[in-house]
Amino acid sequence: MIAEIGLAALWLSAALAVLQLVGGFFGARDENNELRALVRPAAVLQAVLCVISFLCLVWVFVITDLSVKLVASHSHSMKPLAFKISGAWANHEGSMLLWITVMAAAGGLIALIERRLPERTMMATLASQAFVAIGFYAFILLASNPFERLSPVPTDGNGLNPLLQDMGVSFHPPTLYIGYVGLSVAFSFALGALMTRNVTPDFARVMRPWVLAAWIFLTIGITAGSYWAYYELGWGGWWFWDPVENASLMPWLAATALLHSASVLAARDALRTWTIMLGVVAFSMSMVGTFLVRSGILTSVHAFAVDPERGSFILALLALYIGGALVVFALRANTIAEGQRFSITSREGALVVNNVALSAILGIVLLGTLYPLLTEAFDVRVSVGPPYFNPVSAIFLVPMLMVLAVGPLLRWRKDSLSRVKWPVVVSGAVTLAVLVAVALLAEIDILPLIGLALAAGVGIASFMPLRGRRLRRTPLAIWGMCIAHFGVAVALFGMAADSAFQQERLVAANVGDTIEIGPWEATLQSISPVAGPNWTAMQADMYYSYEGGDLMEGHPQARSFWAPPGETSEVALITRWNGQLYAAVGNMAEDGRWQLRLWWKPFVTWIWYGGLLIALGGALALVGRVVSDLRRREAEAQGEARAYPDEAEYADYDDESSVPAAETQS
Amino acid sequence: MTSALKPKHQRLVLVIVALVALIGAGVLAAYALRNQASYFYVPADIAANPPEPGQDIRLGGMVEMGSINTADDGVTVHFVVGDGEARVPVTYAGIVPDLFVEGSGVVAEGAMNADGTFVASNLLAKHDENYMPRELEGMTMEEARETVAETYE
Repeated sequence: MIAEIGLAALWLSAALAVLQLVGGFFGARDENNELRALVRPAAVLQAVLCVISFLCLVWVFVITDLSVKLVASHSHSMKPLAFKISGAWANHEGSMLLWITVMAAAGGLIALIERRLPERTMMATLASQAFVAIGFYAFILLASNPFERLSPVPTDGNGLNPLLQDMGVSFHPPTLYIGYVGLSVAFSFALGALMTRNVTPDFARVMRPWVLAAWIFLTIGITAGSYWAYYELGWGGWWFWDPVENASLMPWLAATALLHSASVLAARDALRTWTIMLGVVAFSMSMVGTFLVRSGILTSVHAFAVDPERGSFILALLALYIGGALVVFALRANTIAEGQRFSITSREGALVVNNVALSAILGIVLLGTLYPLLTEAFDVRVSVGPPYFNPVSAIFLVPMLMVLAVGPLLRWRKDSLSRVKWPVVVSGAVTLAVLVAVALLAEIDILPLIGLALAAGVGIASFMPLRGRRLRRTPLAIWGMCIAHFGVAVALFGMAADSAFQQERLVAANVGDTIEIGPWEATLQSISPVAGPNWTAMQADMYYSYEGGDLMEGHPQARSFWAPPGETSEVALITRWNGQLYAAVGNMAEDGRWQLRLWWKPFVTWIWYGGLLIALGGALALVGRVVSDLRRREAEAQGEARAYPDEAEYADYDDESSVPAAETQS
Repeated sequence: MTSALKPKHQRLVLVIVALVALIGAGVLAAYALRNQASYFYVPADIAANPPEPGQDIRLGGMVEMGSINTADDGVTVHFVVGDGEARVPVTYAGIVPDLFVEGSGVVAEGAMNADGTFVASNLLAKHDENYMPRELEGMTMEEARETVAETYE
């Protein structure tokens, strides 16, 4: 019964999406059309129904209703409750339901609270949101029904892939999807603005918080996913340039570029066409990612639940939406008037460099990800990995980081480099000093070397924009920018330090042996069998001591699951502020020794702290923007004389922050 | 310097700079892909057309029966990957995947060394059944070779 309610709710949502599309279409053409009144309620109701449908799916997983095919093939009665719940979306059908639920919720939210845009633009936006959603409803209802029943009912389910039985799956896919699919809002706003010829700074101000929110979730999702892969796969790696990872990185790159270009549009009314293009590209990358992940067309270490037949369905949707959006773009781009001009040495100029570099990296990642597909057409099988991605993207990352250090110091429109000479000299000197010092003291590869030096330089430069400001009166958005940029430096430092200084030991140890690795001593005390709810394991009881200090415990396990059968390696992590010791236990050799694999990874945790700082910076900026917007509206409501400030005044208000206060009048 | 340019020209300069950068990225990527992509080989390919020592490749085939041999250090394994036509000796130091057993398929990442041994840095068999499909089990060498060749890019 619950499953049928879920399915019915999903069909109803699809019907409401059609209504929303039709109403939105007429509403966008004619502001007085009465169908318009249906659009917002349809979007909100659709979100509610989708959430109900999703909760129904979670419920059948919680009670392990084995008459539902999806439960029978992906769950098991003995699985712990947390993994029964997360099991609902750790499979193809469930994750597509999560996808459409996020999409409907995003559409419902903008319908509910966004009132700042002209009504026609809003109608066009909601219509395109519905148009995209319809395709994915069709995909779920016709090709991936999560509520399909099974007869006869099996005695128990097949269980969940053991690698997915981890708290990571409770957290990582939902955050990633909120970010990924939340970008659909940027896509719809961009199309709405294009179709109603309303590409203005106001539009950018309206779009920006939504993009920012999606981007924050995407950042957290990628960070969490990276950490999860790091400890769950037992390889000690945190990024594999795997197609599934690239699928989440590409929308992030596009969304990061979009955030920065939307700032230019909001504050300075420039980069109009480009911002619209990025709005389209960002969500297109989300759809490309879904295609890559869900079609099974590329083999991946993270791939789960793949089915090539569904690939063609998603490919058709991709072609329809990306192609359609590009056609609208091509037809309407020439109606966008040229924006304000600016000098190359200006804040805008720096942001253009940022956008070009991000786009170039996006293109490099996209090419590298699709290249195996291209060569396969010629019957040549290749895989593309770090030897391609690392150096080629670094070529664009390095200048981008340099501009990141300088750009925020520049003024809008026109500035001279000599005005920001001192902060640039200081950051440059720090970079060079670290470069020389590290190169002399340690023998490390060129990329980690540059990474360490730039991390130091960018880390210092990221707080330079606060120079000369009264800190307590500095807008939150500026703090957000500084913290996010500092997060980039922190993450970069972690990546570079880990790849430069990590140490690895692989040994076969007897019980009682002590293994030295870097500053650590690890002792294998005993090996014993342990049992969990649906697994048994061999557990190594080990004690670790850092530079002869206090003993710390850590228990790596080699787990065997029985439903479905599978093995995982549960690693032991000993975390210090300056890095992590990573221990995995392997098989027993014939002579009774146990294989142990240990890594000392200096500063590796800084990678994820950096990711979280980036997200925190985004969150501060979001709060700052929303609060100042609410205040402005309050002020407008009180002082009717200033009902609608003129364009220039508006821009000043929004970006009073952009020029250090002390120098505004110089 | 740029102030000497007319505004219209500034915009043009920006567009050209952006285009040059993006085209540069494309050319660079295409060039790097040709050199850095690691190609998939089965043992017969290696016999017919040996890759350069040190070049990153992936080797796929069947682990020959009776060929797995653990060295005295307890962590280095030697085994032979065959496809019915040719055989390649492989060395791997590390914890072998649980699905890595004699007579089943394996895909190894690594490079050939000068004396014709494949030094694997990674064995792909553990993390997803898609890397080591059950279809390979119980097949003849010939069928398995075909499946391996079809399955891994």
